[in-house]
Amino acid sequence: MNDLFRGKLVRFTFEEPEARAKAEARWQRDTEFIRLADSDPSQLSSEKKIKEWFDHQAEGGPKPERVSFSVRTLEEDKHIGFLGVWVDLIHSEAWVGLGIGEREFWSKGYGSDMMKLCQQYVFAELGLARLSLGLHEYNPRALRSYEKCGFRLEGRTRQDLVREGHRYDSLWMGILRDEWLQMQKGENE
Amino acid sequence: MFDIQTQLFEGQEIRFGPIDHEKDPEVESKWTHDSDFMRMMDTTPARPLSAAMVRKQYEKLEKQIDEKKNLFHFMVRARADDRLIGMAAIHRIEWTNSNAFLRLGIGAAEDRRKGYGSQALQMLLRFAFAELNLFRVSAMVPEYNEAALALLKKFGFVQEVCRRKALERDGQRWDLYVFGLLSEEWLGQAKG
Repeated sequence: MNDLFRGKLVRFTFEEPEARAKAEARWQRDTEFIRLADSDPSQLSSEKKIKEWFDHQAEGGPKPERVSFSVRTLEEDKHIGFLGVWVDLIHSEAWVGLGIGEREFWSKGYGSDMMKLCQQYVFAELGLARLSLGLHEYNPRALRSYEKCGFRLEGRTRQDLVREGHRYDSLWMGILRDEWLQMQKGENE
Repeated sequence: MFDIQTQLFEGQEIRFGPIDHEKDPEVESKWTHDSDFMRMMDTTPARPLSAAMVRKQYEKLEKQIDEKKNLFHFMVRARADDRLIGMAAIHRIEWTNSNAFLRLGIGAAEDRRKGYGSQALQMLLRFAFAELNLFRVSAMVPEYNEAALALLKKFGFVQEVCRRKALERDGQRWDLYVFGLLSEEWLGQAKG
């Protein structure tokens, strides 16, 4: 069987709240990273507060509707980002959000590798029917990466975001389990 | 002009960072023992605070940020050694009217008059207008804070309100000014 937590460039772990808070406190100071990852204004939170937030999320132990991973590189075992999945079991769907805080790992295939691991987890371990995501129009790098992973652009919310005086669309993408299975066949042949 | 990639929190010699609950309280405690500084920052009575008390204030501040969602607070640090030199904040935000007030302070006397305040204000205004997308920003300044008056005028703030003899300090009455800057005025400067 395939290793669920090991890709070509990265592996999935779940780091301690202290380590995640320390990394997050540093990553949030990079404006471009925050603006690509989120639409909320950057609020520079203290490491203490971020850790309290992680602790709060972890109360009551692991929950089936929320799966979080930390991401480490295979080569240097460096903690470079995160990936989270929100599961809706009733409709057999999940939403994914991810980020690479260490910018020297941008544009090198790490994000696509993370996404492929996520798809494998969602379709081959959770057995869900669909995986969804959203991104900002001004993030063409992410769009290309998601297309490469087989996501289709399904719609756009027009001009729902203001950045530096310009309005931008939000894009919505999805991939179905059958499409993913089809892709797997292609890759194995 | 700025674009999406332009860093918000990195200036020439300073940067904005989050609160460090371990190191910052002692530094800020020192500032509170400087009554001149406290009188510039606030119209409420100045009082010295222990590091433990400052730590409590930080916790209160973070709680307020969570609950009210109308406040953004930054620590100003020297890029060279990450030393804490001041604080900057956008507060009292009214989201429906897209307006807010600003606060800015360089804590230690030896760090003043070096251009740090000017760099911090430049970053704070970009945050207010290009990250929070505010329409206007106000600043309240006592008549006796000459450095702040000069700085605000340099950045194109307009004196809009003069609350006559609103303050009493050293047995003397002082005016309290409210300055304002609009998004379009800031954009004009940023372009020029």
